[in-house]
Amino acid sequence: MNTLFKSVYTPESAIRHPIKLLREMFRDLLASRELAWRLFVRDVSARYRQSFLGYLWAFLPPIVGTFTFVLLNRSGILNVGNMPLPYPAYVMIGTLLWQVFADAINSPIKAVTAAKTMLAKINFPREAILISGMLEVLFNFTIRLVLLITIFICYGIVPPMTMPLALIGVFAIFCLGFMIGIILTPIGLLYTDIGQALSMVLSFWMLFTPVVYTPPTTGILAQLTLLNPVSPLIVTTREWLAIGTASNLLPALIVFLVTIVLLFVGWLLYRLAMPILVERMGG
Amino acid sequence: MNNEVLIRVDGVSKKFCRSLKKSLWYGLKDIASEAVGRNGGHDHLRSEEFWAVNDVSFELQRGECLGLIGRNGAGKTTLLKMLNGLIKPDKGQIEMRGRVGALIALGAGFNPILTGRENIYVNAAVLGLSKKQTNNKLEEIVEFAEMNEFIDAPVQSYSSGMAVRLGFAVASMLEPDVLLIDEVLAVGDIGFQTKCFNLLNKQSHKSAVVFVSHAMPQVARIANKITVMENGLVISQSNDIAIGIEHYNDSFKNEEVAVAGSGKAVIERIRLYGGNASDDQSIPIVHYGGDLTIELDYRLAADVQACVIAVGIFDQSMRMVAQSFSRASGIYFENNHETIKTKIVIPRIPFAPGLYNATLGFTEKGQLGQWGEHLARYEALKSFKVIGNSVLSSSYAPVVLEATWL
Repeated sequence: MNTLFKSVYTPESAIRHPIKLLREMFRDLLASRELAWRLFVRDVSARYRQSFLGYLWAFLPPIVGTFTFVLLNRSGILNVGNMPLPYPAYVMIGTLLWQVFADAINSPIKAVTAAKTMLAKINFPREAILISGMLEVLFNFTIRLVLLITIFICYGIVPPMTMPLALIGVFAIFCLGFMIGIILTPIGLLYTDIGQALSMVLSFWMLFTPVVYTPPTTGILAQLTLLNPVSPLIVTTREWLAIGTASNLLPALIVFLVTIVLLFVGWLLYRLAMPILVERMGG
Repeated sequence: MNNEVLIRVDGVSKKFCRSLKKSLWYGLKDIASEAVGRNGGHDHLRSEEFWAVNDVSFELQRGECLGLIGRNGAGKTTLLKMLNGLIKPDKGQIEMRGRVGALIALGAGFNPILTGRENIYVNAAVLGLSKKQTNNKLEEIVEFAEMNEFIDAPVQSYSSGMAVRLGFAVASMLEPDVLLIDEVLAVGDIGFQTKCFNLLNKQSHKSAVVFVSHAMPQVARIANKITVMENGLVISQSNDIAIGIEHYNDSFKNEEVAVAGSGKAVIERIRLYGGNASDDQSIPIVHYGGDLTIELDYRLAADVQACVIAVGIFDQSMRMVAQSFSRASGIYFENNHETIKTKIVIPRIPFAPGLYNATLGFTEKGQLGQWGEHLARYEALKSFKVIGNSVLSSSYAPVVLEATWL
């Protein structure tokens, strides 16, 4: 008779029973796989159904972005420094990698906000929302790989031996963005300021990241670029992908390890905050 | 199998905040103290806070159905959210056993652009059904929702009733140990409602059901325990549904009286009662099948020769359920230029138990005996409560006719 699953709800903070909390976190993570996949399929299949150009919209922004910078560079407005690669290829790779970071940082707040009513009314593994957001970011990157292949062929870039490592690099960039996003989620759901500020900060942030030009070695910009955790990841990934070197490996490794730890902290925070968010968000 | 307690709620309270600004700020603080594992501070109210649910306790076994009723804002939905584990109590403890299913947000996760079929899979996954389970039940779901032709059309082309029907059909495939229902049975046409009701009735023998509704006939039919909430507090808890419904009706206070018309008739005093005139309750009680009496003192303006009086009876949803005309009996009241005293007796009140109110209309007698000027219309002048047994309470219609059953 006591085989029935029992849940107990009390005012007590869940973090007081860390073992139980951890067990529940991983149980829910496992339980959320199927739902996460469903939600992901739902979002992807609905996204372009009401559109004439359809999946072309996944490609247009990076193409237009690359085109803009190539134009700026040609006309001499932008001084991009020494290029290890043909400039269009450099920009395209940088833009695609940066896009992964930007998408990942926005993903948790966007996904949770979109699922607000559902979260407020139904008890399902909360991790599903995050994972379906993750899948969507990675999916977007995957379809944009077509652009990457095109540019490799156009400029006759021979893929170096290190190319497969770039997958790890992309994953690290993704984790860093997602980690920042998830840590901001609890506050971002209470105050819309976070979401507003995020898009502004991101466009500014890109300028301190070697996305469309090589980082300068002296001056304020150089200092800022040095402190920027995204830089070593993007630089390393790009090098692995198209050049075959790894000039920034140690900082990249440190950033990645810290990211993984903080990602877990963010997940913990997300779980603890969820009942309070549901209570305050209404819906 | 029975006597198995599936829900145990012990002294549960929850506070809410009236001001949005403060609520968000408190939210931030609560997240912080949750994250550092601090436990205190839940049991006192901060500024602008109030107890949305206040010290509620009950137990529910398998096979029992608790009707949870109360006016809007009484705390019913908040209590359900705590039972469902969506929000945490601020005081007390909740124990839930077994799989919990909720008929609360029907069609959760529906995307309007996608087809009904695609949405079934999403909705089912949200409710915790696997793809295999959904595949097995797909036909049953489509059948139950009565949507064979539309299942491959996008949900945005559905009427709201159809979407909810589909949502209900998916949710009804769950076989939970505990079922939480919040105001969802009022969807679809009568045929669909009957189907839902039957399903629920069947399910209620297998699970412990908490049923929130404002539709007293439904509560009277399904529930075998009743809890009435008001301002977060439980004001009545009983196994007698009729008693609970009566307490619920009591929680409605007299509305303001609105007067329309030329104002040439003025009521000076009114008494309304059922049974004996001596009873003096705040809300008069009329027994089903008993008499309703209205005693009226009023004055007419000098230029009015005579008037007729009409009584209108409205139910709680302001639906007119009956009328009575003095003119129908050929009765006119002559103006004697002082206070006129009239006593109206309506015998054998046939109304289902519930709260009703009376509207009185005074109309001038026309020169040729036709309707004249509208002198005054007193809207919702007096409330009264009809009481009767629980069979009568379960009537969907406001009038229950007596009949001879041969």
